[in-house]
Amino acid sequence: MSTTSWPLWEVFVRARRGLSHVHVGSLHAPDAAMALRNARDVYTRRGEGVSIWVIPADQIAASSPDEKDAYFDPADDKVYRHPTFYHVPDGVEHL
Amino acid sequence: MSSSEIAVDTRVGEYALRLGDDALVLAQRTGEWIASAPELEEDLALGNLALDLLGQARSLLTYAGQADGSGRSEDDLAYFRDEREFRNCQLVELPSGDFGATMARLFVFASYQYELYSRLVDSADQTLAAIAAKALKEVAYHRDHTGAWVIRLGDGTEESHRRMQAGLDTIWPYVRELFESDDLVTELAAAGIAVDPADLDGPTMTHVRAVFLEATLDEPEPASHHSGGRRGIHTEQMGYLLAELQHLARSHPGAQW
Repeated sequence: MSTTSWPLWEVFVRARRGLSHVHVGSLHAPDAAMALRNARDVYTRRGEGVSIWVIPADQIAASSPDEKDAYFDPADDKVYRHPTFYHVPDGVEHL
Repeated sequence: MSSSEIAVDTRVGEYALRLGDDALVLAQRTGEWIASAPELEEDLALGNLALDLLGQARSLLTYAGQADGSGRSEDDLAYFRDEREFRNCQLVELPSGDFGATMARLFVFASYQYELYSRLVDSADQTLAAIAAKALKEVAYHRDHTGAWVIRLGDGTEESHRRMQAGLDTIWPYVRELFESDDLVTELAAAGIAVDPADLDGPTMTHVRAVFLEATLDEPEPASHHSGGRRGIHTEQMGYLLAELQHLARSHPGAQW
């Protein structure tokens, strides 16, 4: 076992054409090329994907759990932000 | 395809046995790395690679037992033959050694398999062609993945370069055997069924040398070369490998999951 760990990478897999890449997990790799190979070997063994993105975990800016109240609670009582106050006329398709 | 549709040709059976034994024995060796690789990710990579080889072995050995007319199953061939009946080259039975030697062996063998299967897809034998078509994509990835490691370790630190070069030096006396022809393969190659190993030497080594150049590694020049696997002559290590591979099936014949 190595004494110094490889950097952490976050892995995103697109299941098929037309869908977006979805976060599936993380892994360790020394560089981007090896991270892609490792992602292939760890996360697409059962035909899960057609495309892979890997991103260095330390390059992701994340919101802090401490800021959760200020960030997200104000949206809870703004029902008018939901498009639920429209009447859709009969016969409108593709909505 | 049922066995009744397969024409019996002991030469084809023997050829399939050689390719199948190569894959089976290297799968066994590579599987030994599981839970021992430098990182969990590489555990999985080597596990995937070993299972790809095992899948190739299963197809090839099943076909070998049909083509030689013996009706032996893949399990009969894998578990109930003795050392002298195995037809794998000696390269695949060597102990894996450290990670550098492991990558050296896997890279050279995958490079050979890539050239082999990319020609065998055109075989006049439909079953061999179909097995080759499936295996080709697998070994293309093996060659790429192991080649990446050879370059990283060879062109890495002083220590990684030293150990990668040492790995190459260890396996190199066993590499020439991959490209040896005999009457069987030249006959089958002339019939458009097999690929003559001698024809794979040039293209395989071209790729291998290109990777060595990038990896700043030297192609070893051993004083002598070993061979004999295709005639059932194996190294001392083969007996230990088979003991582990065959122990369970022989202790409990007919055991099921």
